[in-house]
Amino acid sequence: MDITWYLVLSAMIFAVGVAGVLLRRSPLVILLCLELMLNAGNLALLAFSRSLGNEEGQVFALVVMVVAACEVVVGLGLIVAAYRRRIPLNVDELRSLRG
Amino acid sequence: MKEVAFFAGAIGALGGAIAVIGLRNPFYSVLALIVHLISLAGLFLLLQGEFLAAAQIVVYAGAVMVLYVFVAAYVGNVDEPLWEPIPGQRFIAPLLGIALFVELGIAIVGSGLRSIESEGPTVELGFGSPEAIGTLLLERFLIAFEAASLLLLVAAVGAVVLAGRRRAAGGGPEGNPREVAPEGPPAAAPRSSG
Repeated sequence: MDITWYLVLSAMIFAVGVAGVLLRRSPLVILLCLELMLNAGNLALLAFSRSLGNEEGQVFALVVMVVAACEVVVGLGLIVAAYRRRIPLNVDELRSLRG
Repeated sequence: MKEVAFFAGAIGALGGAIAVIGLRNPFYSVLALIVHLISLAGLFLLLQGEFLAAAQIVVYAGAVMVLYVFVAAYVGNVDEPLWEPIPGQRFIAPLLGIALFVELGIAIVGSGLRSIESEGPTVELGFGSPEAIGTLLLERFLIAFEAASLLLLVAAVGAVVLAGRRRAAGGGPEGNPREVAPEGPPAAAPRSSG
């Protein structure tokens, strides 16, 4: 398989993630869509790492996974805190910081 | 053989991704994301990323997704209102996604890189093994490794501060009556500012 196939698949997954962030209103699902985009980036990193025959891209992907885990922890903490304080879990209504 | 494996993984990954944004129940979205992640781990194996595939399944499809499942079950089924702040958002958002895909596709296919039009060079046997990744991580990317560990620590502390508000505010587990977890979905929306 050409590396191009992997890159095109990665672009597709990224586009699906972007469409999900634009489409969905629940913060939980928006976090899931962020995961989709990060994974698409990981796939592209691995594809380039394979095409160059160099493992450094895989180390980058590993660091991306660490960052994704941190983002999940903080994001889910925010969602749980918002739910406990009975703030509606809808990004259209979470606009207090918008000024 | 490789083509069959690639297309099986690609269909799983893309189908899972579309199911994540298509299903209305967040719990099902999380389960669809697990399908997506496992298919993606298969693709990582095809790209000789053994360690990354294992880490993807153990860390992502295992640990992170358990967190998501817990929160999705705790928060419950948040119903998304049909009211749209931007008229036609339902149609514009997929269009923008498709436009982004077309743009990225043009950028990839039109880049003219010769290295991505092949399977990549032949690599030695240990490519992407835990040994190779660990050596790189601890020798060339030691600072990134330490920064990642520091970031994880900060995120863990931040999650405790964010989600463990009850004890900080009330002085006891049930100190503040407003903070006791409500049973129903927070549909009353007392703070919505319009």
